[in-house]
Amino acid sequence: MNHAANASAFTQDDARTHWHDQALWFVRTKRDRMANSLPEWETLRETAAAIKAHTISRLADLLEQFEANAMRLGATVHWASTPAEHNDIVLGILQKHGVKHLVKSKSMLTEECHLNPFLERHGIEVVDTDLGEWIVQLRNEAPSHIVLPAIHIKREEVGELFHRKIGTPAGLSEPKPLVEAARIELRNKFLRAEAGITGINFAIAETGGFVVCTNEGNADLGTSLPPVHIACMGIEKLIPRAADLGVFLRLLARSATGQPITTYSSHFHGPRPGGELHIVLLDNGRSDILGSDDFRRSLNCIRCGACMNTCPVFRRSGGHSYETTVPGPIGSILAPSRDAQQFHSLPYACSLCGSCTDVCPVKIDLHHQLLTWRKEIAVRGLVPLSKRIGLGLASFVMRRPRLFDFAGAVARRIFPLLPRFLIYNPLNPWGKKRELPLFPKQSFRELYRQRKLK
Amino acid sequence: MSSKQKILSAIRHHHLADAPLPSLDQAWITFTDVKQQFASVLESVGGRAVQVLDVALLKADLAANSAWSEAKKTVSMIDGISGNVDLDQLANPHATEDIDFAILPGEFAVSENGAVWVTDSVVKFRAIYFIAQHLALVVRADQVLENMHEAYRRLSFDSVRFGSFISGPSKTADIEQALVIGAHGPRSMTVYLLG
Repeated sequence: MNHAANASAFTQDDARTHWHDQALWFVRTKRDRMANSLPEWETLRETAAAIKAHTISRLADLLEQFEANAMRLGATVHWASTPAEHNDIVLGILQKHGVKHLVKSKSMLTEECHLNPFLERHGIEVVDTDLGEWIVQLRNEAPSHIVLPAIHIKREEVGELFHRKIGTPAGLSEPKPLVEAARIELRNKFLRAEAGITGINFAIAETGGFVVCTNEGNADLGTSLPPVHIACMGIEKLIPRAADLGVFLRLLARSATGQPITTYSSHFHGPRPGGELHIVLLDNGRSDILGSDDFRRSLNCIRCGACMNTCPVFRRSGGHSYETTVPGPIGSILAPSRDAQQFHSLPYACSLCGSCTDVCPVKIDLHHQLLTWRKEIAVRGLVPLSKRIGLGLASFVMRRPRLFDFAGAVARRIFPLLPRFLIYNPLNPWGKKRELPLFPKQSFRELYRQRKLK
Repeated sequence: MSSKQKILSAIRHHHLADAPLPSLDQAWITFTDVKQQFASVLESVGGRAVQVLDVALLKADLAANSAWSEAKKTVSMIDGISGNVDLDQLANPHATEDIDFAILPGEFAVSENGAVWVTDSVVKFRAIYFIAQHLALVVRADQVLENMHEAYRRLSFDSVRFGSFISGPSKTADIEQALVIGAHGPRSMTVYLLG
């Protein structure tokens, strides 16, 4: 994949690019208001980062502690190394219960595993119940943002989609009646489902419980009606103590959407009376990242999406341009960890402005890690040929002062005389949206020599 | 090797140095008037807080609320207020689907974020908190805490199987960031601070 090419396609519609940019910037400003209203914001971030560092440093012990406590509460705990294994486990549970209708509340992990198409192939209806996720599901798309899955879609498009899929009146584009129509439609899905799947925001080692946060209440309806609850989490979602939630729940919604807390922060400890609870733990490369001094801190991520909302590249290129489940700055670190060959262009989807690092509630040094990835990509020989030739040539000339001087002198004389098409053409992608500066008459060295002579 | 062993040994293989667990005893935010703070935050997220001295005043406020007075099916778990559906008589959680209004106890409130802690130990079906068209929670007025750290100092999960912080009515902004109240759950949330 090539991020620059995808981004270039996205920016073809200038007005829409601006609209997308502004929608995300609006969320970023809400986050700022919330962060500024708490005098202890920086203390919270530091504490959260320290809790995560501790957790990662003792992850194996804490996972075992979590499993033992969850089992004591009556939950069944499953371990999956790969997405395929994760999906087989989920399918096995559903088949055991003869489940035909499944409701799912937002879970980036099941997106990572491509669970929906897998289950559908096995004849199970999967309904994403978060409104944004449902919208993208109806469009046969992936979410473009981990917290705001449908941020790239306009209200008129939602109206048209609902008209086609659920028969709302043509031309309806007001959010309120559209939400009402979805409410009625999805309530039937909740009532009909035989099982519910949720993600996990935080799993607590010392109690064996976990927390799921939503604004719509879809995770709660999806687990309090059907008798079977399957909760899926990456192994890094653990925290040691229940009291640590005080820190993380204060940071999560404020960073994500600028709310003081999500509407529902539900704490599950064991199955509900007469029900079943399954917890699936997924590795999928996380234990490898844990071994890297450079990238370990990316496991701190609590999936708030703040780095996406603030990123000047994400805001203007859209989440789909990353072609990953988790896009944006954090996604550009996680994806190459999994497949550097495929995602080598993502660490370059970054101006190194550092804004992501500033807003990250768990203090991941995002832009430093992105820069480190660029080095790593060069070391592994994954830089594309076009860049390698240009940079190789530059390096060759710059290592030879006389040649550099000569080339500069020639360029200063020749370039101003060249016709435009020889400078600005497809061989010079730099010049697509940029103009070369005026060439000076003399080089710095020449000026310096003259000055010394005086 | 099982996947569990594979994952655990892959993690242990890296031998990370122990990083200390930080203390949670910090100078966290407090407010001069927790009830006032709670009410204003709850309002900002679409809810409503009402301070009432006794159940009679609570009833009067309820009577003035059209969501209550026009409700066909109501559930109450509050002494002195009667609903017309007995939750304990319902066979399964799906039977709560047509409840219009539920008034239920909340254990405590948190002033920094307008949240109320509820558990399923007081109700037969936890679905009732999320499925009723309108929700009212009654919290004792002396049970309004400063912040989330105070909340977790108080909470223990030894016997609580399900508990939730609820802050305002169900909402979504998934269509063009336009806030719409009443996504899947309650369309309104009133918190009575009693006493």
